[in-house]
Amino acid sequence: MTDKNQNKLDCVLNWVDERFPLTSNIKAHLTEYYAPKNFNFWYFFGSLALLVLVLQILTGIFLTMHYKPDADLAFGSVEYIMRDVPWGWLIRYMHSTGASMFFVVVYLHMFRGLLYGSYRQPRELIWLFGVAIFLALMGEAFFGYLLPWGQMSYWGAQVIVNLFSTIPFIGPDVSEWLRGDYLVSDATLNRFFAFHVIALPFVLVGLVVAHLIALHEVGSNNPDGIEIKKLKDKDTGIPLDGIPFHPYYTVKDLVGVSAFLIVFSAIMFFAPEMGGYFLEANNFIPADPLKTPAHIAPVWYFTPYYSILRAVPPILNSQFPGVAAMGLSVVAFAFLPWLDKSPVKSIRYRGTLYKGWLVAFVVSFLVLGYLGTVPSNVWGQFGPVLGGADRATVVARTFTIIYFLFFILMPWYTRKDKTKPVPERVTG
Amino acid sequence: MHGENMSDKQNSQHQAVSPVCCASQVDFEKRNFLIATSAVGALGCAAVAVPFVKSMTPSERAKAAGAPVEVDISKLQPGTMMTAEWRGQPVWVINRTDEMTAELAKHHDQLSDPASEVTSQQPGYCKNASRSIKPNIAVVVGICTHLGCSPTEKMQRGGDMGESWMGGFFCPCHGSKFDLAGRVFKGSPAPINLVVPPHKYLSETTLLIGVDSEDKA
Repeated sequence: MTDKNQNKLDCVLNWVDERFPLTSNIKAHLTEYYAPKNFNFWYFFGSLALLVLVLQILTGIFLTMHYKPDADLAFGSVEYIMRDVPWGWLIRYMHSTGASMFFVVVYLHMFRGLLYGSYRQPRELIWLFGVAIFLALMGEAFFGYLLPWGQMSYWGAQVIVNLFSTIPFIGPDVSEWLRGDYLVSDATLNRFFAFHVIALPFVLVGLVVAHLIALHEVGSNNPDGIEIKKLKDKDTGIPLDGIPFHPYYTVKDLVGVSAFLIVFSAIMFFAPEMGGYFLEANNFIPADPLKTPAHIAPVWYFTPYYSILRAVPPILNSQFPGVAAMGLSVVAFAFLPWLDKSPVKSIRYRGTLYKGWLVAFVVSFLVLGYLGTVPSNVWGQFGPVLGGADRATVVARTFTIIYFLFFILMPWYTRKDKTKPVPERVTG
Repeated sequence: MHGENMSDKQNSQHQAVSPVCCASQVDFEKRNFLIATSAVGALGCAAVAVPFVKSMTPSERAKAAGAPVEVDISKLQPGTMMTAEWRGQPVWVINRTDEMTAELAKHHDQLSDPASEVTSQQPGYCKNASRSIKPNIAVVVGICTHLGCSPTEKMQRGGDMGESWMGGFFCPCHGSKFDLAGRVFKGSPAPINLVVPPHKYLSETTLLIGVDSEDKA
């Protein structure tokens, strides 16, 4: 570019900057946002979650051009997208694969937070916004799952809406209000469509913006769990262990994006149903309000919580304790910043006690996740000693208890834990 | 530019801080006026929210769709069942054999509510040993009282339900078990028995589901 053109560009930029803080925002959030220089593999998943969000919104817009939110037409319109709309199958598989991959990425992103104590002071609000994003995402996935109007859509929605009817006193009215009918029907489908395509996406994007504003205010955590802002260059005021997000991390994240898209495409082109985990077989049968499929299970990303729901027995003839336990198992994450009393943040400087509990928690999450995909009699029954109880139910109850103990005992074991000294500077 | 902004901010803060720090300078008349207008504004917002919340309740059309249905049971053989649709829900008509009906009295100890004490789950005329008008013909809504799935028919003894199974229904969602009168077995997640809808016989072989002889309609 010649100097003359450069001057013209500067002129345009100046004109904009006098009217909109373009350059200052690019500096604040990219070129002069200093992130710790020791980000590792686990730090890919935040930007990947953003990528999937954009992908879901884009593919969603194109799906709404052909989809019909009407109980008589919905199932047919999805088949129409798959068979007749040019490239419709690709857009729909992108959207359905994207839904599952969103949860893969978000679960790994949350696990990163657990590993390095990213929820700790001063990042409590980032974490709380994150929990809110997670809840909104669950709602978004649930509402979206009704739209194909298959058997699993229908009965999944029936069960989840009825969860609200177990709330003492107001429950039945609440679930009728949510459905807009005495059963899941056209009215329900139409409003779930509204929630899925307009209400929750707005909430999600708003929360993501808040999540990022809060992050850029306090700065990123890192695998050592130490504050890089404590040691700054005396002349420039730049953290000694910080590097500008752009170009360093934009380039690094591009590597993550490439690897992610390879996996994503492999699933989308070769196994979009992922053996029944991403798209369930029963959902290829149109919704039938008179017949529940022989085995119903939620999509994989809800199964740990579904297992907890099934594991809690009714108390005083009410299923509400199970529903409350399921709700609590999701919301429990929000309390982490105040439950963790350890003097260190990162797993690198924690002792065996925390490591042990974290392993127990991850194992519980995975086992509960698996059990939620299968019927409760999958492993047969115990002998008369344990009253002939389903083996899987007993296992689910055990791991439900471990799941909650991870949170409940955290103030105790994080204080007790033998931690290692934390270095002054990041270790790479 | 940054510097200018900072000093602007400090200036405005300075100006804003000084009147608040001295209670004598608070204009209570203005404050009360602001509180009152805010309260009225909040009430207005709440009032406007009502139509939006109400719009999500069942519409007139949904309410009208609950008309009663007629069911012909002349071809229903003993030991079998059929499903009718009423208000979009499955209603089972079960023709029990004499043996099945006799069995109902024998497992009371395994049921949560053998005598159907919960009054909302059946009309008064079905609060009896067989939960039905005619001893052998049971009419129940085939929706699990747990979370609304439709249980699977397991009317025959034994089978994959285990040797002690005496016939009934099994909910595939969360494993609730019911007997052939729709009564829930102990240990099931379902809290109450299956609901018996209002119904009456128009003739020996014609059922009307949705209204009963006590209704004036």
